Amino acid sequence: MNETNSLIQIKGLRDGLLVSLDDAPWEEQRAALLTQVDGQPAFFQGARLALDVSSQVLHVNEMVALRDQLSERGISLWAVISESPTTEKTAQLLGLATRISKPRPEEGRKFAVEDLGEETALFLHRTLRSGTRIEFSGHVVVLGDVNPGAEIVSDANVMVWGRLRGMVHAGAKGNRKAVICALELSPMQLRIADEVSAALRPQENPRPEIVRINKDGKLQAELWSPG
Amino acid sequence: MPAQVITITSGKGGVGKTTAVANIAVALASEGSRVVCIDGDIGLRNLDVILGLENRIVYDIVDVIEGRCRLKQAMIRDKKLPELYLIPAAQTRDKNAVSPSDMNRLIKDLRNDFDFVLIDSPAGIERGFKNAIAAADRVLIVTNPEVSAVRDADRVIGILESEEKGPGSLIINRLNPTLVKNHDMLSADDVLDLLAIELIGIVPEDENVIIGSNRGAPVAFDTKSRAGQAFRNIAKRLRGETVPFLNLDSNDGFWQRLQRLAGRK
Repeated sequence: MNETNSLIQIKGLRDGLLVSLDDAPWEEQRAALLTQVDGQPAFFQGARLALDVSSQVLHVNEMVALRDQLSERGISLWAVISESPTTEKTAQLLGLATRISKPRPEEGRKFAVEDLGEETALFLHRTLRSGTRIEFSGHVVVLGDVNPGAEIVSDANVMVWGRLRGMVHAGAKGNRKAVICALELSPMQLRIADEVSAALRPQENPRPEIVRINKDGKLQAELWSPG
Repeated sequence: MPAQVITITSGKGGVGKTTAVANIAVALASEGSRVVCIDGDIGLRNLDVILGLENRIVYDIVDVIEGRCRLKQAMIRDKKLPELYLIPAAQTRDKNAVSPSDMNRLIKDLRNDFDFVLIDSPAGIERGFKNAIAAADRVLIVTNPEVSAVRDADRVIGILESEEKGPGSLIINRLNPTLVKNHDMLSADDVLDLLAIELIGIVPEDENVIIGSNRGAPVAFDTKSRAGQAFRNIAKRLRGETVPFLNLDSNDGFWQRLQRLAGRK
């Protein structure tokens, strides 16, 4: 690796590249970055680039110049991350992001709970909309609705204090004693361990129901009552 | 006061986003608001057709972003309404020609000169959609009273919530009161029940909408059309007025309930 390259680090992100710069003088940094880009035009062409400038203080004209130079090379600068409030302000002024890809809690979230297993519950106080997938090793409790197109996968029990209209898989690692309960049960599909039931017909007068595997090894819904 | 930036989106295609943008823009501009619409559907532009401005396009949004023209040069003034402008999409490029930060910059330049910036989002939840919502202050979600459109709207609302763009407001488009009465179509209540967001308008099915779109004269100009009235009411609500919902049905209990739902902010 030659000297200019040691100033910058390039990482691939899910939706673009992250370039991290050192605290060296800005002109050197900028030159190093452009040299790097010009050296591998095919790699950078069309890329979305986020720039981490650590504590570097950048003003509008410097950032605009860089953005334009990158843009001439077919690279779109969309974010500048910095510890310096001045630089952050500059970036915001130019409509650039100052954080990269906020974690997206709604989509495909896996919750890792080591060693606690089924004795832990995940409490979700919101409606799970289409496209949301929750995977959890313990119990899942939802205070809200589970809409069609949302999925919950739990190694233990799932309880929905609301309308269950999406897909729920309880006892996903094979626990046949797991149960699913909801105030209103009209799911797309329910699974407990490896048993699957197709959509249950929505009831005229919805009532709380609990689903478990019965003696015949099939999923069965019954009135959910205390005790 | 700087402009309110409103993006109209849906998830599913063909539910009437572009028609809604054109009609709401016409209705707002007819009431004296300064309005600019941006066609965010790069590669599949048609907001210009519905507004009847197709033959006036010289420059488009990609020309502005790539610096081939000034912003003002790409803004097409409406034939009838002097306070209504369109920034057309490029037809020969694709969504990747624009980034969310490009949209933010462009809209920053428009904010001080207008009361409303309306952005027509493409269908889907990919790049074009992300561009369209990047600068939005408020998002309107258009859906039809059918299961697949509602499912996609639900997904879009979920994404908007995770991007901190709020849950948005709902337009139920192409509701047919007769079909609803016969239980052959989801009712507005059914849709609201699932999506649980604020309702901003219900537009009845009306053949004048298609006729207007084909002629390049949106139905909001037509004072006799029920759909036109519904779009004018949406525009009034965006301007902060309280307007009762159209009585599409004689069943009062149902509509009173709807109004209560809509009033809940």
